Amino acid sequence: MAGTALRGRLTWLTGTVRDVTQETPTVRTIVLDLTGWPGHEAGQHLDVRLTAEDGYTAERSYSIASAPGEPVAITVQRLDDGEVSPYLTDELRPGDELEVRGPIGGYFVWTGAGAEVGGRPLMLVAGGSGIVPLRAMLRHRERIGSKVPTRLLYSARSLPEVIYRAELDSYGRDGVQVIYTLTRSQPPGWAGYSGRIDARLLAEVSWPAGDDPATFVCGPTPFVEAAANGLVAIGYPATQVKTERFGATGR
Amino acid sequence: MTTGSYPEPGPAAALDGNAVGGLLIELFGTEMTAALGTCATCGARRPLAETAVYLRAPGAVMRCRSCQSLLIVVARVRALNCVDLTGLAALDAPAGRAVPA
Amino acid sequence: MPPGQYVTSDFPVLSAGPTPTASLDSWTFSIRQGSDTLKSWTWPEIKALPAEDVTVDIHCVTRWSKLDTQWQGVSVDTLLAQVDSGAEFVLAFCDGGYTTNMPIEDVTDGRAWLAFGYDGEPLEAEHGGPARLLVPHLYFWKSAKWVRGLELLDEDEPGFWETYGYHMYGDPWREQRYAGD
Repeated sequence: MAGTALRGRLTWLTGTVRDVTQETPTVRTIVLDLTGWPGHEAGQHLDVRLTAEDGYTAERSYSIASAPGEPVAITVQRLDDGEVSPYLTDELRPGDELEVRGPIGGYFVWTGAGAEVGGRPLMLVAGGSGIVPLRAMLRHRERIGSKVPTRLLYSARSLPEVIYRAELDSYGRDGVQVIYTLTRSQPPGWAGYSGRIDARLLAEVSWPAGDDPATFVCGPTPFVEAAANGLVAIGYPATQVKTERFGATGR
Repeated sequence: MTTGSYPEPGPAAALDGNAVGGLLIELFGTEMTAALGTCATCGARRPLAETAVYLRAPGAVMRCRSCQSLLIVVARVRALNCVDLTGLAALDAPAGRAVPA
Repeated sequence: MPPGQYVTSDFPVLSAGPTPTASLDSWTFSIRQGSDTLKSWTWPEIKALPAEDVTVDIHCVTRWSKLDTQWQGVSVDTLLAQVDSGAEFVLAFCDGGYTTNMPIEDVTDGRAWLAFGYDGEPLEAEHGGPARLLVPHLYFWKSAKWVRGLELLDEDEPGFWETYGYHMYGDPWREQRYAGD
């Protein structure tokens, strides 16, 4: 395949914004038209570079929200102290250009290999905008027609802060279970979980460790520590729990 | 079950090696987050994706998640990357892949 | 403003490692030379020394500057006055293993402090508390967080970032970011 010899070397590409979707009041999905994109796997990310008029540049890393084969999309949460995210969530319009490079990452990746005909169940644990790479995995699972039993445990502060809610709720079929826990406020009559993710909650909703699930945890650093420690406490081997942390700015 | 929210991630909280995936490609010419690094101090052997990473500094600092020792330090000095790998006893490709020299 | 800097109103937290959780009961500040500890203070002993209020601008090599920051601390002159040394340079050492180097004349004559207060409050751990060095006329990586002492040296030795190519002196007004600047 052309370009194989250069695979791995990262080049900045200039994409054009095809579409923006407001997911929540502070979260936006940006779909890009990208010429020369080598393709990506579910769970990978890309770097965005903004250049100011004086030449000063700022780079941030964002998880890719779309499945392999779909147009490249990122989902960005606005951070008040960020110098990049407010531009992406407030300023960027369809037709604008955006510099990106990628795909990046080979560890926090679900290829779906072998998952068309069974294979290991999937255990996905998301905190806040940590849902983004896991959503790419869910879409990939659907696109390849995989039937692997899948559970997503998604911790959000409130229902309006759940990203991709309509899409996630539509997964209530084909062997995907989506379980929310709303840690700060719950709608009247909420019958779901409202606690932080810890070993007790994980023991209730996770696949048994003996099922050897492929496990991905993504969210802010304190969330990932709590969820990963909880999974290890209920018997998941630490080496089988793949984690990705993002911080107060950018990733 | 614990109620309430998680603590806000402090500005000093460590990220992980996924956050330097692009930088590692710049340095090694290939994806390295799945490569296994062995800590020269405590011997822990884990994927670089699972290191504790500090980026809010004059350079990028990757530490062992078990003992906090330095594994990799990268400082961009003008257009050059100054890279210190002396904290690693070994760096191995995941099964079936080669780490370039 | 020094060249290449922009003013920020918040106080960015920079660190190259985990925030130490030292107990003040076992905290000391030491002045060493060779293998000798010339002088060591406990936390109550440091707090008993005459403290000063200092209002200064600070300049980080990552290009932010913060104006009129208010600190409380002990002048390094007060500490060095209690030892007898002809050393030319100091290497500050810290919890977590961080180090940074300076000529001794840059930490004397009222140009450097052991700071334990910020804006009238005890210095927060994420900003270097219980105590950090404050050397405001040099880039802020010289103002070592979680500092535990000074090593006196006859010859200049690079500290942590200096080893990786940052400038041995680090004067923001001459934009000495990297070795050779």
